[in-house]
Amino acid sequence: MAFSIKVNGKTHNIDVDGDTPLLWVLRDVLGMTGTKFGCGRALCGACTVHLDGAAIRSCITSIDSIGTSEITTIEAVGATAVGARVQKAWLDREVVQCGYCQSGQIMSAAALLASNARPTDSEIDEAMSGNICRCGTYVRIRDAIKVAAQAGGQKG
Amino acid sequence: MSHTVSCASDPDLGRSVTDLSRRTFLKAGAIAGGGLLLSLRLPFGTDESAAAQAESFAPNAFVSIEGDGRIVLTMPYVEMGQGTYTSIPMLIAEELEVELSRVHLAHAPPNEKLYANPLLGIQATGNSNAIRGAWKPLREAGATARTMLVAAAAKRWNVEPASCRAESGEVLHSPTGRKATYGELAADAAGMPVPVNVALKDHKDFQLIGTRAKRLDTPGKVNGTAVYGIDVRPPGVRIATLAQSPVFGGKVKKVEDAAARGVNGVRQIVRLDDAVAVVADHMGAAKKGLEALVSEWDEGPLAGLTTAAIASELEQATLEPGAVAENLGNTERAMAEAITKVNAIYQVPFLAHATLEPMNCTVHVRKDACEVWVGTQALARAQAIAAKTAGLPLDRVIVHNHLIGGGFGRRLDVDGVARAVQIARQVEGPVKVVWTREEDIQHDMYRPYWFDRLSAGLDGKGMPVAWTHRFAGSSVIARYLPPAFKNGLDPDSTEGAIDLPYELPNVRVEYLRVEPPGIPTAFWRSVGPSHNVFVVESFMDELAAEAKQDPVSYRIALLGKSPRAKAVLALAAEKSGWGQPLPARVGRGVSLQFVFATYMAHVAEVEVSIDGDVRVRRVVCAVDCGTVVNPDTVRAQIESGIMFGITAALYGEITLKGGRVEQNNFDSYQMLRMNEAPTVEVHIVSSSEPPGGMGEAGTSAIVPAVANAIFAATGKRLRKMPVDARLLKRPR
Repeated sequence: MAFSIKVNGKTHNIDVDGDTPLLWVLRDVLGMTGTKFGCGRALCGACTVHLDGAAIRSCITSIDSIGTSEITTIEAVGATAVGARVQKAWLDREVVQCGYCQSGQIMSAAALLASNARPTDSEIDEAMSGNICRCGTYVRIRDAIKVAAQAGGQKG
Repeated sequence: MSHTVSCASDPDLGRSVTDLSRRTFLKAGAIAGGGLLLSLRLPFGTDESAAAQAESFAPNAFVSIEGDGRIVLTMPYVEMGQGTYTSIPMLIAEELEVELSRVHLAHAPPNEKLYANPLLGIQATGNSNAIRGAWKPLREAGATARTMLVAAAAKRWNVEPASCRAESGEVLHSPTGRKATYGELAADAAGMPVPVNVALKDHKDFQLIGTRAKRLDTPGKVNGTAVYGIDVRPPGVRIATLAQSPVFGGKVKKVEDAAARGVNGVRQIVRLDDAVAVVADHMGAAKKGLEALVSEWDEGPLAGLTTAAIASELEQATLEPGAVAENLGNTERAMAEAITKVNAIYQVPFLAHATLEPMNCTVHVRKDACEVWVGTQALARAQAIAAKTAGLPLDRVIVHNHLIGGGFGRRLDVDGVARAVQIARQVEGPVKVVWTREEDIQHDMYRPYWFDRLSAGLDGKGMPVAWTHRFAGSSVIARYLPPAFKNGLDPDSTEGAIDLPYELPNVRVEYLRVEPPGIPTAFWRSVGPSHNVFVVESFMDELAAEAKQDPVSYRIALLGKSPRAKAVLALAAEKSGWGQPLPARVGRGVSLQFVFATYMAHVAEVEVSIDGDVRVRRVVCAVDCGTVVNPDTVRAQIESGIMFGITAALYGEITLKGGRVEQNNFDSYQMLRMNEAPTVEVHIVSSSEPPGGMGEAGTSAIVPAVANAIFAATGKRLRKMPVDARLLKRPR
């Protein structure tokens, strides 16, 4: 079946079954491999992307459920002010180890800060506990989110 | 930024080696077109014996200084998040007197001729040995290159080399104000004699080593451009996913595939002896096809296997003596004379790696050649298994190595490469074999189950005068590196059980190798110590409790001959506020270890709910890992190791029923999450001793600290991991 989806501002026409998860359309059909596969059941958050700005798990989001909503992936999140701040904080705080989960972590963090500029610790927990980091970079992720929030505050 | 490193790339290509130093492990030569090339041999922990046996010089690392001043380091260690791509170049840059940013890591040559080049040698990154192995040879290589560059400049200017100095990529002659860049000198330097002995910098003169250098591999990991094995897309690649026999050792009996073939995007069904795979245009179709398959399995002799049966076999084995790993004094006599005796049985479970990047490997088998794309910790093994499986000579197989989305030992094994080649042999064109998370967990190669018996005899003051420890379990080394398994022992299975930092007069440690039927075992972050340190440090806590003494001061009394161990323990205790009062059902637990050549003490602070749920609130770590190359990487690895160990302590357990692994995804095989992560404080003891390993130490040390803290909070001694919350409920 043919679908038309808008990813990072660009429209793509694709021909897959309607129940195909967005994750595989991004990675295998469109070749955008920054979004990662971790579990296939929305348990780890590695596949997190934005759907109209909200964090969703692309591994359980079927292509026929997207309609005209706009998808943003890790490849383009740096074009948003919040996304760029999060990426910078991630580098400044040396969050990354193997890095495999970090696309998803950054997408979750960017969605959090876009809707809540100054999250509390428990709000960070709530927004981020769906994202597993097997290298255990949680201490630094928390720290980097606060740094990014503060940088956002300074810019008004 | 992609960090593709090809094992078949040959930095010697087009270059002539002209001079051989008297040292066996370093030689110098010229690069065609003008430049200096140093070739050297770096030791690997798991392959040291192989390297030592090789009589001919087989370099596995190269430093080149090109005419344009580019400094390129080609090295065998792989990056899997541990910071190796940053800390290893620091060693060269320090002695060469250049900024870290000037050292480039070699990537795969863009126009490499497929199948033409030899391997660099057996390659593996594991056992926390990259910095330990590279520490001296890489600094020597840097100093050698610097000395030759200075000699070339002195000759050109007709001055004494001693009157010149190297600084920031240039050689300077202060008296005359002359200077030349390394690039300008590189060709001449290649003609200079190789110094036999080079002086290495004194620690106080280090400008780079010991600084918080920024990681070089991170920018591509925050913007989606880093390429992991799972991300490769050779032209025309198909995606496959597979189902292996759910029972270990079972075979495919029957496959009904009509429905699967009807799935949109499915191209082919591949049937192997013990697995079936669906090849498709994308993973979505492959998974849907796999679900549509109706497979029947011949489950084989392990169809009734359970974890309990394996544990029972290990328990039986420990009733008989094992291979003696350590024997000090006379434990029999000391035990007989002891005032008090303490006996305990400990057990640790099978564990899966659960690297966040699921197992995957991309393969293109042609008639007379095979190309492999994978992220591996053991490049040469990957090539060898691919050649064997494809039925091709080694030189017809090229392996492209990629970033690894978590190694932890899983990528030291190459079963996934063999699987992918088996499938690719039946597929036209390249095929990427991606395991579902369920396959990844149910067909992992597991951290072994171990069963331990310990006894101690205490004197009238409660101090240990006899210590016996006998344990049974799989030897990963015996399978992985058979020559290293000698007289029933191997260095990994016993690490952390022998050579304890404590002064114990009578010690006997015995090991029994017992392989679980059909269950593949493998290295897992900290391996032997992940088991032994838990057992030893928990039991030491039991002895302190029996003696009614404080766990920290009890240990310190036994550390008279180990000042470095004593220092880290005292520091961790001090920084944690040891001894200060805590609320009810909150406790502090301590652990001390000397493994991977690093001294480490943890104090964990845990809170146990009335329902028995454990939350680790805070961890204080003190570490003496010798000279610190990159302190931020040391901290990062300890933070990481702690989370990895807490995950194991609270949740980690692979169990078998009916020959099948019962866990299959992150709901049944849980990982620690953000809301459960403790705060971590790392205190580094300054030292100029050689560096110790950092990748794994944090993991083994935290498990007993948590268990001991639970004892402090509840009075319950947990001798079996993971934590069983049912045992910790508050009594009514």
